[in-house]
Amino acid sequence: MDVITRHLGEFGDGLLITVELTLLSLAGALVAGVIVAAMRVSPVAALRAAGTAYVETLQNIPLLVWLVLAVFGLPEIGVMAGLFTTAVIVISLYQGAYMAEAVRSGINAVPVGQGEAARALGLTFTQSLRMVILPQALRTVVQPLGNIAIMTIMNTALAAAVGVVELTAAANRVNLAEAQPIWIFVTAGLLYMALSACAGLTTGALERKLAILR
Amino acid sequence: MSAARVLFDEPGPRARRRIRVATVLTVLAGLALLGLALRQFADNGQLAADRWRPYGTWPMWRYLLDGLKSTAFAAVVAIALSMAAGIVLALGRLSPSRWVRLPSAAYVEVVRTIPALLLVYVVLFALPKYGLDMPLFWKLVVPLSVSNAAAFAEIFRAGIQSVERGQLEAGLAVGLTRGRAMRMIVLPQAARRVLPSLISQSVGLVKDTSLGFVVSYAELLYSGKVLANYNHLLIQTYLVIALVYLVINATLSKVARTVEERNAGRVRGAGRGRAQRLRGERALRERVGAGA
Repeated sequence: MDVITRHLGEFGDGLLITVELTLLSLAGALVAGVIVAAMRVSPVAALRAAGTAYVETLQNIPLLVWLVLAVFGLPEIGVMAGLFTTAVIVISLYQGAYMAEAVRSGINAVPVGQGEAARALGLTFTQSLRMVILPQALRTVVQPLGNIAIMTIMNTALAAAVGVVELTAAANRVNLAEAQPIWIFVTAGLLYMALSACAGLTTGALERKLAILR
Repeated sequence: MSAARVLFDEPGPRARRRIRVATVLTVLAGLALLGLALRQFADNGQLAADRWRPYGTWPMWRYLLDGLKSTAFAAVVAIALSMAAGIVLALGRLSPSRWVRLPSAAYVEVVRTIPALLLVYVVLFALPKYGLDMPLFWKLVVPLSVSNAAAFAEIFRAGIQSVERGQLEAGLAVGLTRGRAMRMIVLPQAARRVLPSLISQSVGLVKDTSLGFVVSYAELLYSGKVLANYNHLLIQTYLVIALVYLVINATLSKVARTVEERNAGRVRGAGRGRAQRLRGERALRERVGAGA
């Protein structure tokens, strides 16, 4: 047990990086997701095609391949960015594809009459989406967004494979130094469970506050 | 009106003009992005023909296809193991006995919130210390099966719960044991209903096999790493590999969507059948009523 207390600093730093990665990526993914979902329901066929292509490409290639491509590949074509920044951007874009699908299902769940009423009032497509459809759509997908948040927590661990020292990598380093795997990996697992529980509780609270009963 | 078109009406002349402008802008933006990327590639000498030519040759592809074969093998074994475990866990979670129900639920809830990479590290660095040193293949497949079993369990549970209670009750009524009624009546229907989810979870598992990169198991991504170390065509290699993953997983996802549509069609068809039957029965009742 004292192996954990001796390395509290490493675990704390790792946990902090995981939380930062998760929160920044989620924020980025929400922005990307809303934009792509809006593209996929727009009247412009080219935008719809671009949105579909984005989702298909991002979802069907493993996140680890994206991370490797960005971290090791981009410097080869002269794009230099910090490791952490690169990881945040890649995870944001990847989760953005899943976010887009969730938001789109929310948009489809908004009754057709809402969109028709907005148009009858003379709102343009962008206005009706921004002021009528999206606020209702986002409220109905709180639960799916919570699942994506948990998935994002899990996926930030992959950043360890390209050198970001987040929780998983920190646990691995401590283990390489101390060779007491059980305590170290169980602690890391418990921390991940705690993070997911936090995400779950936040989702539940938001859901109770925001959900529209239909 | 298709689902994609609920948010706008049939465009008039002005809207059509606006759509044309937006289309041109979209295409221009796409071309600009492509141009920017190509310029970055060209400026750094990555567009040179001899940096791409190797990927038109057979030995290179044979090497990558070997990696792909290992990916497929690992994925198939992991899918089989985790589906089997998933069925057991799902049945366990729905079991009438608390001593079966609680451990199954605990397994699913715990494993669902632990990253696969952490499990891979456990298998790589913790288990050998306790004398369990598996071959590379199992070092990849075991953690993936452990983590995906929980996901499959939830899918199967949803499927079993979606089968009407009467099915199980009818099975019990004709004298089957609970186990046999589950196996012969409920599970086949449940599996058919959740087939699309099973396929998309399998696509996720195929993506997870890229963790072979960490395990040094020679699946597609790790093969790419070895190849790139050898020929120094780093970005080209990884782009080709990304393309291979894209083609395979997009195909599988397409299969999932097709199955989903067919399923939906079958359910609608069944609904129509019942409606017709009900109408027929009502007509019969009316006729009988009129006769009486």
